[in-house]
Amino acid sequence: MLANQIGYYSLVLGLLFSFLLCTVSIKNFNDNNKKINLNVFTLSFLQLTFVVISFLSLILSFVNSDFSNETVFNNSHTTKPLFYKISGTWGNHEGSLLLWLLVLTLFIFLFLIKSREQPKKYRILTLLFQQLIIIGFFLFVLMTSNPFNYLFPVPNEGLGLNPILQDPALAIHPPILYLGYVGSSIIFSASLAAVTQNYVSKKWGQHIKKWVLISWIFLSIGIMLGSIWAYYELGWGGFWFWDPVENVSLMPWLTLTALLHCIMVLEKRSNLTSWVVILSITTFTLSMCGTFLVRSGILNSVHTFANDPARGIFILIFLFLLIFISLVIFFLFHKENKKNLNNFFWLSKETSILINNWFMMYFLSVVLIGTVYPIFIDVMSAEKISVGPPFYHKLIIPFLVPFLLFMALGPKLKWIKSKIEKKNSLIIFFIISVVLTFFILKNITTDLLFYTILISATLFLFFVTLKDLFIQRFENISQAIAHFGFSLFILAILFNSILSSEIITNIKVGEKYSYSKGEIFFKKIKETKGSNFNSIIGYFKITDENNKVVELNPEIRVYNQPIIITSEADIKTTLLEDKFLVMNFVKGDEYFNIRYQVKPFMIWIWISVLLISLGGLVSLFKNKNEK
Amino acid sequence: MKNKLTPIILFIFLTFCFVVFYKGLNNSNTYTPNTNHEKNIPTFKAEDFNSNVYLDSKNIFGEDIYYIVNIWASWCIPCRKEHPLLMELSKNQSIKLIGLNYRDNLKNAKMFIDELGNPYAQTLIDKNGTLSVGFGAYGVPETFIINKNKKIVKKFIGPISKKTLEEIKTITK
Repeated sequence: MLANQIGYYSLVLGLLFSFLLCTVSIKNFNDNNKKINLNVFTLSFLQLTFVVISFLSLILSFVNSDFSNETVFNNSHTTKPLFYKISGTWGNHEGSLLLWLLVLTLFIFLFLIKSREQPKKYRILTLLFQQLIIIGFFLFVLMTSNPFNYLFPVPNEGLGLNPILQDPALAIHPPILYLGYVGSSIIFSASLAAVTQNYVSKKWGQHIKKWVLISWIFLSIGIMLGSIWAYYELGWGGFWFWDPVENVSLMPWLTLTALLHCIMVLEKRSNLTSWVVILSITTFTLSMCGTFLVRSGILNSVHTFANDPARGIFILIFLFLLIFISLVIFFLFHKENKKNLNNFFWLSKETSILINNWFMMYFLSVVLIGTVYPIFIDVMSAEKISVGPPFYHKLIIPFLVPFLLFMALGPKLKWIKSKIEKKNSLIIFFIISVVLTFFILKNITTDLLFYTILISATLFLFFVTLKDLFIQRFENISQAIAHFGFSLFILAILFNSILSSEIITNIKVGEKYSYSKGEIFFKKIKETKGSNFNSIIGYFKITDENNKVVELNPEIRVYNQPIIITSEADIKTTLLEDKFLVMNFVKGDEYFNIRYQVKPFMIWIWISVLLISLGGLVSLFKNKNEK
Repeated sequence: MKNKLTPIILFIFLTFCFVVFYKGLNNSNTYTPNTNHEKNIPTFKAEDFNSNVYLDSKNIFGEDIYYIVNIWASWCIPCRKEHPLLMELSKNQSIKLIGLNYRDNLKNAKMFIDELGNPYAQTLIDKNGTLSVGFGAYGVPETFIINKNKKIVKKFIGPISKKTLEEIKTITK
């Protein structure tokens, strides 16, 4: 109860500090002092502290199961394990917005103390733009989604957290994703500040690159965790469903990736300034847009819970306000460097990065259209449609081939001007890739031509980057790691989709089911009790064609609050393949429906995303060695 | 010229987006087809929830009154939310509520009804979901209004709200 009060008033104080900060920094902006007033740091720190206090008190309410707090009542239950009580803090609408605020205030504070060598006016403007966003979110939280609403009479028991959200990967997924997602706000504020100060330059590029990298790394890992959750918990045997909410996290990733490459041009050649500014603005706008789509309930998706038009309207107005402000600033202040505008030599690193940008923009438009098209159609013609994976696959996969080839060749080019030299190794790699692919695929797929082209292109990237990793040593090592990771990623996905197999059958205890490649034996079932669920565990013995035996024990859980049944798949992961078994009730109790899948190279999908992120991490620390 | 045009076009486009999103918000998740697309109810045979007897659709919709078909499942969280409203609706004597239990486990479904009450005059089992598809459903929960001519006149996607409840009441008056 006390925590409730503390949390609420800390938020109000945090908002007051925003206004104070704005006043102090505007005064500071106009005086002749060369340094930022110390008060600005203190105020920013205090604001952060109060948001942290507010966040901690919400956590405390969750841990103590204080049901006088409406958010806790709606999303928690006394029998829930402690770990999920804590993660429940950000597993709901109100708490997740508090997390937004936390990241927003944390990043601006870090920005202030980490940018001492930058011009004063630029830093203060960044602070002001960031405070604009912060104030917006404070108002949003306090007006429409207060996490500290008081309930009286105090209920004895909470409503519980949706069991599918009780998963370790999902518990850490939001904070990590938010660090990337909301972290892009600082790039947004900084780029607007730089535009107004006409400071979009080499020096600025070097400085903002770190922030882009940080956001990008967290965003990559955050998206991966969400996808791991979908794979393990949803039990559909897939890891990416092109669900609107997944798309919404992918879109800022695409622009951020393009931005990351543009920044390099800015940093080396002080060019592509418009690209950099527009991408910075778009990235954060897309993050906000994502929050709008998810939180307003305008989309139908597994992830949407809140459905409150008042909230939607608030974010919508705020979102468009930010877009208009940033566009006005861009068109009024931005001056493209006329001297070397777009006169890149056709064969140069700059051109290849520009090509990369256009690819990213293409992928972005596909995902964006697929996500918002149903909304537009709904409004204009009152017809409901849904856009599924075939749309994305058809439009994205063919373009992957040239994209992969450019990814292998682009980094080989030199800045300014490059010559076509005899690159024997590249030609040899290309031939090896095609031949190797052909022999691997000859017997395992019917769609030979399509997959040969796709996999040869990937293998080509794989070999080229692998060679770079070993021969180039430290020059451009981050690029080599990230691109190598990407080739591994596409390879894993492709082989996974070609080689996966699935068996679905009804089976009862003691029964054996034989299929062409082996046998499934249902040994027994056992009933157990967890802290907030009862479960039935099935014991299965699966013998494959090489007489290898695997024991899999999938589970059916009946949660008590709310009463929901979930199927927990049992997955045995090895480096080569995942064996995946999930069971479900069938009417009449005696029979169970089982789905057994063999999914090759699953773990490599996660490993490769980690590698891609590692590339970013290396770049963050090895800034100076890059060419 | 070109430089002035870009911001203007962008501005118009963004305003358009804003309007669409704004309207989209108010649409919420329920949706109603045009009334001139009135559809006949499908003919089918389905198993009764309580007696396990197979019933013919002609007998189910036999009376000369309005019917409300509600598709639900025990695993569907929004269904839990709309259930009290259905209970309220069931007090209305001039209509009959038919439940379609969509791809559910019978035991859980019965527990669900025992816990929250039974608003349905009759519940049918739709084990594999084909029945619901026949009605033109996209998922659970969905609610259909069937008029005296046995035509589907209105359909609500997503849980019914107080507002849709009023709408149902005015239509079926």
